[in-house]
Amino acid sequence: MTPTLLETVTTRANPGIDPALHVWGWEITAYLFLGGIVAGIFVLVAGLALASGEGLRSRVLRPMPLVALGLLSAGMLALWLDLAHRLWAWRFYATVRPTSPMSWGAWILVLIYPAGLLFFLGSLDGTGRAALTARAPVPLRRLLARLTEWSDRFRRPVLLVSVAMGAGLGLYTGLLLGTMPSRLLWNSAVLGPLFLASGLSTGAAFLLLFPLDEAERKTLVRWDVLAIAAELVLVALFLVGLATSGEPGRAAAGLLLGGTYTAVFWSLVVVTGLLVPLAMELLESRRHLPFVALTPVLILAGGLALRWVLLVAGQASAFRMLP
Amino acid sequence: MRRETRRYAMTVDTRLCVGCKACVLACKAENDVPDGFCRDWIVEEVRGEFPDLLAEIRSERCNHCSESPCVKACPTGASHVNEGGTVLVTHGKCSGCKACIAACPYDARFVHPKGYIDKCTFCLHRVREGLRPACVSVCPTGTLVFGDRNDPESPVARKLGTRKWKVRHPESGARPNLFFLV
Repeated sequence: MTPTLLETVTTRANPGIDPALHVWGWEITAYLFLGGIVAGIFVLVAGLALASGEGLRSRVLRPMPLVALGLLSAGMLALWLDLAHRLWAWRFYATVRPTSPMSWGAWILVLIYPAGLLFFLGSLDGTGRAALTARAPVPLRRLLARLTEWSDRFRRPVLLVSVAMGAGLGLYTGLLLGTMPSRLLWNSAVLGPLFLASGLSTGAAFLLLFPLDEAERKTLVRWDVLAIAAELVLVALFLVGLATSGEPGRAAAGLLLGGTYTAVFWSLVVVTGLLVPLAMELLESRRHLPFVALTPVLILAGGLALRWVLLVAGQASAFRMLP
Repeated sequence: MRRETRRYAMTVDTRLCVGCKACVLACKAENDVPDGFCRDWIVEEVRGEFPDLLAEIRSERCNHCSESPCVKACPTGASHVNEGGTVLVTHGKCSGCKACIAACPYDARFVHPKGYIDKCTFCLHRVREGLRPACVSVCPTGTLVFGDRNDPESPVARKLGTRKWKVRHPESGARPNLFFLV
């Protein structure tokens, strides 16, 4: 029989590291959450525009690419606040490190801005463009006209690139965590698709908070049902994958299956954030019940809880948990 | 450029260590480690069921892994592999993003109050001058041995060749260079 571990005493008490790793806090949760919503907005709004073929019907959807860039900027501000050596943030852009997902992410974040700007300009109707030109400083108006012309000429490629950029951003936020083998709970390639599905769902929920054209709203709800269903399957695969792997995976899965983070994960993420809103959306579409704003609010809260629980529990899941 | 053939490593004799913490204090003094932080530390582990107990005392630090996950995770190139395979952090390149901290299987890194990430350097500044790392030089029981494990004549290679040893968390795949003699 292997001896039972009785006691481990360490003299190390480094702030942020002990007794369990907690170097990433609300800033990273906020960034992962906002990044997911932005990914969702890019994929869904570009998807709606591609599907309709004649532009977006809901007026409120037209400035959404710009809103998404605003949310992304808020997320990047949170990322910057998390840095311990903030004045050295430019170092991210002094190099490309192929082995570091964070380096990939830093460059994806930069590339998404020009794509989002063209996406926005192409989505505006004549009145919107006139209003924008009137507000723009005079020296920028020619550039604006040129960009608008490009965004019209290359509308379809811009929309396709926006879908790809959104999907890339959504996947990357999960892969960033998934490529850290020392954090046992994150040791799963499923995290990428899971965060993408959650991003699509929270992005749809964000859009559903606004008054939309009825047909577009129904399409978004339909896509959201699919995204939540995918999320449930991916959560199951994530847990099954860990629980059926070796000892590190089992110890990590244990945190959500009976361990410290079980209650918060199942109550906030799975039940309140996924199952209840899924049931509400299905009831609404099948029984023709009126839409309630509580559904998207629950989805957004669930998406935030998913990132928060996985970030905190993931940091705590370390090799030191093992005997 | 000369091809690097050295592989610096350290052995920790768990049969000699009494947990006096001289290594911890020597490191703090030598490297000006800020209050409340440490680059090396002592772990005391008791296993078994009473009365059949087994105690082990280990002096632990960065493992200067051959497949260092911290270097791979670093987005700016601040964490890098230096001479003898020593893993170091260039302070002026570090943004303090903490990816390396999350990537480390041994939780050996920390955020220095000045913002950059800090950790054991194997006292490379001393080694370059032919001295031993501070922790090794003060160890009163001879628990700690440092050297090039690719040099068969080095004390560290001899220890590894003649004693049974283990590494912490080999399942991490990081191929650590801190060996515990048992």
